[in-house]
Amino acid sequence: MKRFSGDISLVLGGAAGQGIQTVEAQLVAVLKREGYNVFACKEYMSRIRGGSNSTEIRITQKKKAAYVERIDLLFALDKDVIPHLSSRISSHTVILGEKEKISKDKATHIVDIPFTRFATELGNPIFTSTVAVGVALGILQADEKVFEEYLREHFTRKGEEIVQKNIEAAQKGYAFGKHLAYSEGIEVNITKSELTSEELLLSGDAALGLGVLAAGCNYISSYPMSPGTGLLTFLAENGKDFGIVVDQAEDEIAAINQGIGAWYAGARAIITTSGGGFDLMTEGVSLSGMIETPIVVHIGQRPGPATGLPTRTEQADLNLVLYAGHGEFPRAIFAPGTPEEAFKTAQQAFLMADKYQIPVFILTDQYFLDSVRSVPREKLEFLKIENFITETEENYRRYASAKDGISPRGIPGYGKGLVGVDSDEHDEEAHITECKEVRIHMHEKRMKKMEGLRDDALMPTEIGLTKEADTIVVSWGSNYSVVSEALQIIGKEDVAGLHFHQVFPLPEKGKKLFARKKIIVLENNHGGQFSALLTSQYGVKVGGTILKYDGDPFSVEETVKKIKALL
Amino acid sequence: MIDKKLFDMPASTDMAWCPGCGNFPILNIVKTALAELDITPNETVICSGIGQAAKTPHYLRVNYFNGLHGRALSPATAIKLANPKLTVIAESGDGDTYGEGGNHFMHTIRRNPDITNIVHDNMIYGLTKGQASPTSEKGLKTPVQVNGVVLEQFNPLAVALSLGATFVARAFAGDIVQTKEIIKAAIRHKGYALVDVFQPCVVFNKQNTYQWFKANSYYLDEAHDKTEKMKALEIAFDTSRLALGVLYQEENRPTYESLIREGDKPLYRAMLNKQKLQNLITSYR
Repeated sequence: MKRFSGDISLVLGGAAGQGIQTVEAQLVAVLKREGYNVFACKEYMSRIRGGSNSTEIRITQKKKAAYVERIDLLFALDKDVIPHLSSRISSHTVILGEKEKISKDKATHIVDIPFTRFATELGNPIFTSTVAVGVALGILQADEKVFEEYLREHFTRKGEEIVQKNIEAAQKGYAFGKHLAYSEGIEVNITKSELTSEELLLSGDAALGLGVLAAGCNYISSYPMSPGTGLLTFLAENGKDFGIVVDQAEDEIAAINQGIGAWYAGARAIITTSGGGFDLMTEGVSLSGMIETPIVVHIGQRPGPATGLPTRTEQADLNLVLYAGHGEFPRAIFAPGTPEEAFKTAQQAFLMADKYQIPVFILTDQYFLDSVRSVPREKLEFLKIENFITETEENYRRYASAKDGISPRGIPGYGKGLVGVDSDEHDEEAHITECKEVRIHMHEKRMKKMEGLRDDALMPTEIGLTKEADTIVVSWGSNYSVVSEALQIIGKEDVAGLHFHQVFPLPEKGKKLFARKKIIVLENNHGGQFSALLTSQYGVKVGGTILKYDGDPFSVEETVKKIKALL
Repeated sequence: MIDKKLFDMPASTDMAWCPGCGNFPILNIVKTALAELDITPNETVICSGIGQAAKTPHYLRVNYFNGLHGRALSPATAIKLANPKLTVIAESGDGDTYGEGGNHFMHTIRRNPDITNIVHDNMIYGLTKGQASPTSEKGLKTPVQVNGVVLEQFNPLAVALSLGATFVARAFAGDIVQTKEIIKAAIRHKGYALVDVFQPCVVFNKQNTYQWFKANSYYLDEAHDKTEKMKALEIAFDTSRLALGVLYQEENRPTYESLIREGDKPLYRAMLNKQKLQNLITSYR
């Protein structure tokens, strides 16, 4: 008897091209629609076909949105899956798959699913993924009707025959799964909720894209690079509906120089890339700082240096983004940890870029972008789109002195004035100067903006009771959910968490949250980059770091263990 | 025709060009061309990179984006896409456009935005004090190429033609009247227009002088068929006699902005369609 209550981890493993992604997408969509909380994350190799990849789907009664090592049900689609995931397979894992295709080892108990026989019966191996989803739903004792409804919607445009074939495949799989649960003694107990069925199913990528749309973005120029490409694809898909100019640039240098040019002419542009592509953009970052023309850059991090691990995850580009570009100029960096934070910080990034006329960065990572979870719609917060563009007068001067350092920003062709911008040090009219007094004045004017920017900085999210706690576990970016689940499991009132979704500048008011606390910082890099930033910005002493840089996200299990070891 | 004086900077403006520099006549020509085409300073944006030629926008009254070395074409393309109503000119030197900005030169041509690319070509690096440029002649001795340039000379016209440029011309800064007509035709052209303007550097290039260029160039005559690409290529490849005038023009090729955006409404007037966004969010249920 295998009994699973309240929280089940289902993993699909196979080679690229075997349809794992289709199974994941269908399974997650159907389960959410039925009212289960779902979370899915994936790991894959940098290749188009073959290799060994896996996707984890957590189906839970309460909301959980972090990776666990534990595998309850493993669907193995080929012989490489078991060796690939061996460290995560335990005696308690139920392995399912086509017996003769996945293991010759008699000692491993495999619950046989004859996919080849199903394919023959259905007349086409293309229906295998629908069978697989059916089997999973059968084991979970989910509602068959919801899946049929989903298939109908999904395949209608392909014709009634395809719809019927898929439904047939689903029914076969479902009946088989139900039977398996009975014969293998698998019992799943997870309560569904109607509220969850109404929720949104959002990946980090989609939430970020929706946030960028909500920010009024109307221009993107980018060069594809994993995992930053998803945003480019998202805006391309929705470009026509939202009037977005989409340009695939010849290189990252062109991308950022275009983005800045677009803002100069009144557009609202974003550039998306990963660390390696961003390396090439740093001249543009410096340009944005100098000519005080906004730009928003999304960097989906992956492990470096150089090409690194192209499809894996890391948080090691904070320092890159923090220091990118020669010279001194203000900037802001956001790092969302949940889809709702991505939706909000995307808008905040545009707002800050526009208000302060500076480069602003959104730092995510592969794990965050690829992970999918159910999110209540009301959690998506809309910020007001403010207009900072001024209609120019005849004697308009682009860099006119301003107390807060922010000169009103005009754009060409709107008003009677002329708008010049210059990468050289310049006077108020944007003409080249080498006059020291002007240089000092202009440099101080630009740096002055840091003050307002700091006042506008977002406060960290509190996990647990930070005021009462003696120990604070600090995270940023994608690690929000793993830390909050780990702290719940640890269950000590004197241990709380602070999660930063704005990592620079840090809000002045945030400093007092650390007074007289033991501080532990958890992040996906070797050097403790945020830990160092916290020390330099707040002057606090970090008592311990939990670091990981093998390309995988933190699992709940190891996070619990490592936090406990430091308490 | 509008008053050319509208483009004049105050007489007190300090100019960083050397006396006798070929940049002066080009500046004058651009102002005259815009005035004669009835394009106001307000509707014009000049983008430039870095170098002596790239300082041009500081010496006339227009909107300008004096950005980074080699990058004039990227913001120029973006500005045209963001607001197709503006007249956009990218103006820089040979090193900036063909060297540092080579990749953007190639791919901007392939996009065909409606912008004019004026390249001040003096076959030398001026601001960095006399090193070889992509268009320097083989054998030219410089403080770096001490035994003379060994690299093949870059042929901007042939490159532009083979990448599908829709307007390719060469002009000479020493001839104000003809160059003005060529630049006017380039601005009027709907699509990417390259005008490579030979502009002597009186300080660092003692080889390719006003006299040298006069002696080594000729104007294409009335009989030249601008629509024949192979003929234009043949002319571009003939480096023994340098042809002046419009080598090639292809009208009616769609511009980049007409292909990837709708209408010509400036993006600064665009409003987010909130209902569509709500619908899109709903589709994630």
